[in-house]
Amino acid sequence: MIGGAAALGALIAPGVRLVEVAAARPASEGASSKVRWGLLIDANRCSPDCKECVLACEQENGLKSPTRSTDAQWIRKVDLKDLKSGRALSVPVMCQHCAEPPCVDVCPTGASFKRADGIVLVDRHTCIGCRYCVMACPYKARSFVHEPLTTQKADVPRGKGCVESCTLCVHRIDRGDGPACAKACPTQAIVFGDLNDPDSEITRRVREVRTVQLRADLKVDPGVRYAGL
Amino acid sequence: MRWRSVLVAMLACQVSLAASAAGRVPEPQFEVDKSTTCVAPRDEIRRTHMDLLKHRRDETVRAGIRGGKTSLETCIDCHAGKRTGAVTGSPDAFCQSCHAYAGVQLDCFECHQARRGPVQQASGTSPAPK
Repeated sequence: MIGGAAALGALIAPGVRLVEVAAARPASEGASSKVRWGLLIDANRCSPDCKECVLACEQENGLKSPTRSTDAQWIRKVDLKDLKSGRALSVPVMCQHCAEPPCVDVCPTGASFKRADGIVLVDRHTCIGCRYCVMACPYKARSFVHEPLTTQKADVPRGKGCVESCTLCVHRIDRGDGPACAKACPTQAIVFGDLNDPDSEITRRVREVRTVQLRADLKVDPGVRYAGL
Repeated sequence: MRWRSVLVAMLACQVSLAASAAGRVPEPQFEVDKSTTCVAPRDEIRRTHMDLLKHRRDETVRAGIRGGKTSLETCIDCHAGKRTGAVTGSPDAFCQSCHAYAGVQLDCFECHQARRGPVQQASGTSPAPK
C-alpha cells in the first residue's frame, strides 16, 4: 500500500513526491556516512511561552526538570532580545552536532565521538567524567551527572559520573523515527532530516530561506541551523 | 602417643571444615524461563557473556548496530524475573544472584535500566513513563 502511494506520488510530477516514505534502515546495518542528520529551527514559529520541546525531551530521555545548576539539561529555551529594535525571540538550543566538534577534539579517552551519520554522542563506557568536553563546548550543551540514577529509560542509559548531552534521540532515529522535540513542537518550528539528501524537507528549506549556524565564526559547522535569527 | 591423638584431632578438624565450606555460600537461586534457550550453551555463556556484551556495546554505540542476539536489551527481556521484571534489585534476580555468588562487581546497571523496557513501535510512539 505504501509502495503504491509512493508510486502515485511520483506520477504527479517528475521530482515531486506527495508521500515521503521514511524507510528505517535495518537495525543490523550501522549508521552510514552517506547521511548527515540535522535540525532546522525556525525562530519565527517559536513562542517564548512554549517549552514543549524541552518537556518532550525530558519525557523521552528520562530527565527530570532541572532545578539546580548541577542538574542535567539536554535542551533549553534561550530568550533573545535586540535592544535597539525591541524584537524578542525565543529558540531552543541543544547539542549542535557539529561536523568538527570541539568536544571530540578535547576528549582524552575518545568517549566523545561523532557517529558516521553526524550525530555527536558520548560513549559512557569510555567516559571518565573529566568534563573537558563540558568546558570545550561553545554552546554549553553538555551536562554532567552528579548523582546515582535509577529511573533511566531502557533506551537511554545514563549514569553517575559520565557526561551526557542531546543525542538527537538516536534510539528513535535508529528505528526510523525523528527526535522527540521535533515531533512535539506544536508549530513545527523544529524540522529534522538528512542534510545530505537534496530532496529532504530540511535541505529544501535551507536552500530557500536564509539560515544561520550559531557562532558560525568558530567554524565547527553545526548540524543545527536557525532561521529567523 | 599424645602426638598421634593431636594429629588425629587436627585431621578431624580439617575434614569437618572442608565439609562446611562447600555449604557456606548458598548457590544462587533464580528462575530461568526454560521455554526458550539462551544464545549460547550454558557453560559457554557463563564464561563468555562479558566478552560478548563488551564487543557488542562498541558495535551498538559506535556503529549504531542494534538488536541481534547479543544485545543487552534482548538479554534483559528474557532474563528479567516474572515478579520484579528486573535483573537486579533482589537476591534472586538473575544477574545479581550469580554475581553476588561469584563476588564479581556488576556495574552495567548503574547506567542501564535493569527492568524490562516496553515494546518499541516503529511508528515512534514514546515509551510509557515508568
